[in-house]
Amino acid sequence: MPIRSLKSAGRWGLAMLLFAAGVWAQRSGMIGEFAYYIPDIRYLAVQHLFLTAVSGGLAIAIAVPLGILLSRPSMSRWAESLMQVLNVGTTIPTLAVLALSMSFLGIGTTPAVFGLTVATLLPITRNTYVGLKGVSPALMEAAAGLGMSPAQRLFRVELPNALYVIFAGIRTALAINVGTVPLAFLIGAGGLGELIFTGIDLYDTVMMLSGAIPTALLAIVVDALIALVAFLVVPRGVNPARA
Amino acid sequence: MELLQYVLDNLELLGTLTLEHISLVSVAVGIATLTGVPIGIAITKNESLAKGVLYLASIIVTIPSIALFGVMIPLLSIFGYGIGYVPAVIAVLLYSQLPIIRNTYTAINNVDPALREAARGIGMSQNQRLRMVEIPLAVPVIMAGVRTAVVLNIGVMAIAAYIGAGGLGTLISRGISQSDPRQLIVGAVAVSLLAIVVDYALLALQKRLTPKGMERDATAA
Amino acid sequence: MIRLDNLTKVFDTPKGAVVAADHISMDVPEGEICILLGPSGCGKTTTLKMINRIVRPTSGKVFLDDQDTTGMDTQDLRRNIGYVIQQIGLFPNMTIEENITVVPRLLGWDKAAYKQRARELMDMIAMDAEAFLKRYPSELSGGQQQRIGVARALAADPPVMLMDEPFGAIDPINRAVIQDEFLKMQAELKKTIMFVSHDIDEAIKMGDRIAVFREGRLVQYSAPDDLLSAPKNAFIESFLGEDRALKRLNLVKVREVFSDDLGTVRPDDTLETALSRIDDFGYQNAILMINDRNEPAGMVTRAVARTTRGYCRDHFQAAPPVARLDDDLRKVASQMFANDTTWMPCVDDDGRVCGHITQRAMTHHLGSRYRSRSEESAALRSQPAGKE
Repeated sequence: MPIRSLKSAGRWGLAMLLFAAGVWAQRSGMIGEFAYYIPDIRYLAVQHLFLTAVSGGLAIAIAVPLGILLSRPSMSRWAESLMQVLNVGTTIPTLAVLALSMSFLGIGTTPAVFGLTVATLLPITRNTYVGLKGVSPALMEAAAGLGMSPAQRLFRVELPNALYVIFAGIRTALAINVGTVPLAFLIGAGGLGELIFTGIDLYDTVMMLSGAIPTALLAIVVDALIALVAFLVVPRGVNPARA
Repeated sequence: MELLQYVLDNLELLGTLTLEHISLVSVAVGIATLTGVPIGIAITKNESLAKGVLYLASIIVTIPSIALFGVMIPLLSIFGYGIGYVPAVIAVLLYSQLPIIRNTYTAINNVDPALREAARGIGMSQNQRLRMVEIPLAVPVIMAGVRTAVVLNIGVMAIAAYIGAGGLGTLISRGISQSDPRQLIVGAVAVSLLAIVVDYALLALQKRLTPKGMERDATAA
Repeated sequence: MIRLDNLTKVFDTPKGAVVAADHISMDVPEGEICILLGPSGCGKTTTLKMINRIVRPTSGKVFLDDQDTTGMDTQDLRRNIGYVIQQIGLFPNMTIEENITVVPRLLGWDKAAYKQRARELMDMIAMDAEAFLKRYPSELSGGQQQRIGVARALAADPPVMLMDEPFGAIDPINRAVIQDEFLKMQAELKKTIMFVSHDIDEAIKMGDRIAVFREGRLVQYSAPDDLLSAPKNAFIESFLGEDRALKRLNLVKVREVFSDDLGTVRPDDTLETALSRIDDFGYQNAILMINDRNEPAGMVTRAVARTTRGYCRDHFQAAPPVARLDDDLRKVASQMFANDTTWMPCVDDDGRVCGHITQRAMTHHLGSRYRSRSEESAALRSQPAGKE
């Protein structure tokens, strides 16, 4: 059972590492210093999650319908070129997106949410479109032949079959989102980035780590959460994770 | 107008920063390719190992870059490299592993079993199969992974300006701290253009490296 | 040439050990095609793939040219055995030329030699070297690709070839063409070939011998005609099909069945002569008229001969279809059915009439095999089933 042994080896390694880190932290008196930041971490983490939730929610609410719209046959004339634009858009670094957003909207939560939403939007739209376009023509023909209306086809055949790809897009997008949220501090929106950037500026290791470690954990948790939702929501027959 | 004037006045600086940005990313991704491709090939031999490696690599990618810097700085400062290009290059190296390892692994694994059997039946050794069949067929997909890594890390390197790594991110960070929209916009646009141009250039390279007989498949992928 | 000695393969699966090939022993003489035939999962492919160690034998030995291959280096062994698979497996990253010269290059031939060889091979498979050598596999049709697959296997001129359902993925029309081409090539090259098929008609057409497999065991190994006329047990009978006697028509040539006792008339004979010959030979309806080069020229019917006076040359009907001595009986039977006749004149290679073939003679010939074997096969059938 090599899988089990590998996993357990990994778990052991992690435990040892944590232990070593704990010993080191204790000896350097760091635990106490961390305790000092706990109220800050709590406050900023809420801000952090708020930014993620609002921008991520907005992005999903805009991107999925947009992707559906673009995938309709009547839109096919513009859809491909719009996708090209979106593809170029996704290559733009998120820091640049935030910076541009700030230079037009100023400082604060609004430009941050705007920038985050734009950066999150693109992968979701693209995957929604690609997923819907990828539904087998034979399925569509069968659905039409059974007498389904266009709306019925969309909700009963196309979306369920494209759901796995759409969720993959949401997962990628939210990973980008969570990775970018710490940068929102730079344009005055707060979040755990505050501890990291200030810590870097002040050469304050404890402050930096009190921002960095929760940020990293948050990212991993959010990613796992979406994976779990996808696992549960995508129908079993078209869900490679459950095959 | 003001922007254009700024660009013209600072052409030399822009050029230096762009070159710095490119060289940092390409050195890091270059090293990442040298490690990622062999790892990707090696893990095709053992499925459970492959799962573990890919899982680890995907965890690393989910960690926000600034958090990764934050964690790395205290560790690296033990050796005296806490701030500067070293943590940035290491971060890029780590982030590049997932796209490169994953694409290599998938590409080699997806080589048609019939081809593999034909190659075996003809009497190719394992190395010959890799060299003459599997790697040539995998090159386009591996290149796509390298491309993803480069584009991703142009963005990461921009953030690394905050830990003193240099590159075009410097303009953005200065623009923000000095509330200077000219530096801010020029920096953001320059970094974006760089990402877009490099993406296209690598796509062109990827097409050139695709074995001729497979062009049809590669453009479809 | 190829000798298998108690070759056995046991696969360990989660459900327990599965015996894919159970003590297979057989012998393929040099220059012959041996077809491994059977339903899917019967062990024929496993057996084939143990010869070049794509599947590693659990036990047993493979001899090539009386040499035990057990100790040979796997790669050397494979480079000396041609290998063709159903999925063809041309390397899409290589040109046709690179594909068919892979083995010579692996063997370290120099460039001039393998380039030359590529052209020879293209000639052999009747494809235009100029047009195809620089192309890529994706630019070729399925049939062309499979020809290239065969050429690749032949590249280093291996004495032995293994073919795993080589023509299975090709449409029926092209398949027949490629089979014919392959047989023509084999007539010159005289390779020793193991050939897996699940198609009984292909087996009869291509095989000098047929080995029928079932559930990992070799059930019967004999020449196609023996297989069809004397199936060893009920499984083989049902696998060959109810019409197996008809399939034997493929295997028998006119030469083996025809009779040279044929009455004919010449154009200069009178109709009176014709009538008396029809009666003498006991023909029902008509007699064949041949010209001075002994080629069939027409038919003179009994009705005309009885009611008319004159010469044959003025009162004949069109010549009937003829059978060539090398035609198989299936073709002859088909023509007889199509023309509603019970006999056909036979001609030799130069088109000269040399006898005739009747339905009666054909059925008699086919039936004689069953009559002579009926006792033997009854004895076989009464054996306990476990000894199959």
